[in-house]
Amino acid sequence: KISSSQFEQKPNHHDHEKQYVGFATLPNQVHRKSVKKGFDFTLMVAGESGLGKSTLVNSLFLTDLYKDRKLLNAEERINQTVEIVKHTVDIEEKGVKLKLTIVDTPGFGDAVNNTECWKPITDYIDQQFEQYFRDESGLNRKNIQDNRVHCCLYFISPFGHGLRPVDVEFMKALHEKVNIVPLIAKADCLIPSEIRKLKERIREEIDKFGIKVYQFPECDSDEDEEFKQQDRELKESAPFAVIGSNTVVEAKGQRVRGRLYPWGIVEGKHSAWKLAWGREGWEGQRWACTAETAAGNSLQHGLD
Amino acid sequence: MEEDVASAFRPPASRLAGPSRIPGPLPRQDGLPGAPTQRSCLWVTLRQGAGGAPWHRPRAPAPVTPVAPCPRLMSGRGGAEVTPVEKMSGTGDPRTGPVENKNEAAMSELVPESRQKPVVPMKPVGINANLLGYIGIDTIIEQMRKKTMKTGFDFNIMVVGQSGLGKSTLVNTLFKSQVSRKSSGWNREEKIPKTVEIKAIGHVIEEGGVKMKLTVIDTPGFGDQINNENCWEPIEKYINEQYEKFLKEEVNIARKKRIPDTRVHCCLYFISPTGHSLRPLDLEFMKHLSKVVNIIPVIAKADTMTLEEKTEFKQRVRKELEVNGIEFYPQKEFDEDLEDKTENDKIRQESMPFAVVGSDKEYQVNGKRVLGRKTPWGIIEVENLTHCEFALLRDFVIRTHLQDLKEVTHNIHYETYRAKRLNDNGGLPPMTSETEENHESNL
Repeated sequence: KISSSQFEQKPNHHDHEKQYVGFATLPNQVHRKSVKKGFDFTLMVAGESGLGKSTLVNSLFLTDLYKDRKLLNAEERINQTVEIVKHTVDIEEKGVKLKLTIVDTPGFGDAVNNTECWKPITDYIDQQFEQYFRDESGLNRKNIQDNRVHCCLYFISPFGHGLRPVDVEFMKALHEKVNIVPLIAKADCLIPSEIRKLKERIREEIDKFGIKVYQFPECDSDEDEEFKQQDRELKESAPFAVIGSNTVVEAKGQRVRGRLYPWGIVEGKHSAWKLAWGREGWEGQRWACTAETAAGNSLQHGLD
Repeated sequence: MEEDVASAFRPPASRLAGPSRIPGPLPRQDGLPGAPTQRSCLWVTLRQGAGGAPWHRPRAPAPVTPVAPCPRLMSGRGGAEVTPVEKMSGTGDPRTGPVENKNEAAMSELVPESRQKPVVPMKPVGINANLLGYIGIDTIIEQMRKKTMKTGFDFNIMVVGQSGLGKSTLVNTLFKSQVSRKSSGWNREEKIPKTVEIKAIGHVIEEGGVKMKLTVIDTPGFGDQINNENCWEPIEKYINEQYEKFLKEEVNIARKKRIPDTRVHCCLYFISPTGHSLRPLDLEFMKHLSKVVNIIPVIAKADTMTLEEKTEFKQRVRKELEVNGIEFYPQKEFDEDLEDKTENDKIRQESMPFAVVGSDKEYQVNGKRVLGRKTPWGIIEVENLTHCEFALLRDFVIRTHLQDLKEVTHNIHYETYRAKRLNDNGGLPPMTSETEENHESNL
């Protein structure tokens, strides 16, 4: 999204001793232009139904994208195939515009026979790459719409003992096409020791099956210590154990987003919400770059 | 456990109107001994429907006639009084009729009738009125209790559900002992099996002098594959194999006095707490299996849901089960009388499916040691009814309906299987190699 760079010769100070060119302002210019242009971000959510995907998406972006959806009952789902459903929403915060597209995959993993249930999803991703490729080779490149999937949040059930066969197959089919971020869904049903063990187990299995999940980029050495610490925590927490909530509950005199149980209240601070949200914020720009690399790779494969 | 044995004969309080509290079988219209309640009526009808086959053992005059299901109607009749007295003398003896014989041997415990409900006349007339002294008939309860304690009884429970839903933990919690092979912690080296396996582990548990031989049948691999088509078939096969085993033993000429009962009395089906609805796989399984075994659906790991989510989910699940015609235990058609019906209706419409949480760890809460799960935001108490419905499930399966589960398995599911088998075999009992030999030697 960097437009052609021009550095302007602008003497900041009327000081002729200083040999000051002035292109250090470039990042600011880029920033300004990007902010004006706005960001596009396409996030895919995948996983069995009932793992809290919609709730989490609403929590993450503080929206109600799924307000009026109709849940299918079991009989209707018997004949359901995996669909791709897109919701787009424009979010603005402190002058920064984000065009967020959520790509949902209802029906994934729900049938009795889930053989190749990820095929509609891989087909969709490939289609977006194909379309971008054509646009890029076309004449009017100024207004390319980037509909490529930048990130896929994959929801792992907390009830299993690790990855299920369908989880492994899905991730293996997609890890070279899209950035996969595995999440442990509905983590409030697990006690801390169970979460630890489950994460270890999932990490082992991801290694064992050679699944390439999204690796957070290393932070630069000149970042401040707090940022580095947060970055470390982020990396060590993967896969993130998340809890979503659309309801506001009263806790200690404050109103917070949370879940009210007979035995206590689950609030934001108990989960990986903050980390996940933070990740979205910082890594927004970086996502795009990594997606390009992934896109490039697949196109390369396609062309060979 | 005493009350469980006694409860089979327990006269409901409302009926203890007359002077004598005789827990006895229902007298029959045609004067034959036996207690054709609605349930055994069904059984009897099956036997008849199969065409008067040779297993119809010689009986006095007529074939069994089904009696009206509401035994309370007996109250006005003078003749009714005689029979209970007669019957009582018959109870402790060698059987007066084939019904009792088979039942006794089959149940592997002394249950004289398939279902005994007391008939206490509202207006005492006839012989029973104003007993001149205490006879001691009610000591039958104590006698039965003693016998049961000596022989003990079998109970076979099967657990079905995707891996990780807490099946083993729940069974351990139910029976307060390590009866189920639990994947200890998460160090399971065993992978998810490629096909559904059936693993039966037996334990003997003793409580209050009563011995129970508990068998827990696990079904690892169910629902875990990518393609789960027909994954219920090995389970259905196993259940039918147990019926077959029992049948073969029954028709054996020199059969054992107490036939070992390996039939599955109860199948706990674990529903994943998605909060949405049942899965297609759940429906398929329950549709196929509710006809061969007692299925009790439970919602696993219910601590995932808040109260509202739980209530909504249960309602939706109940509705889906109803819409799809799935009769889970306690089945409506087998309610014997009004009392059963009201009690079971309440369970069916309000409590089931039970949303449970299992745990084998204890924590200190308010000075008491309770089984629970310690989360960062509070301790979930397994036996606290405001937290989850484990206590309801436990009371239901063990403390009130244990005997009934066995009876329904024997009188309904097994009989259905038996009728079908005998029908297929041209009305003859299946010949085992033993019976063939004996047959030969007898000729």
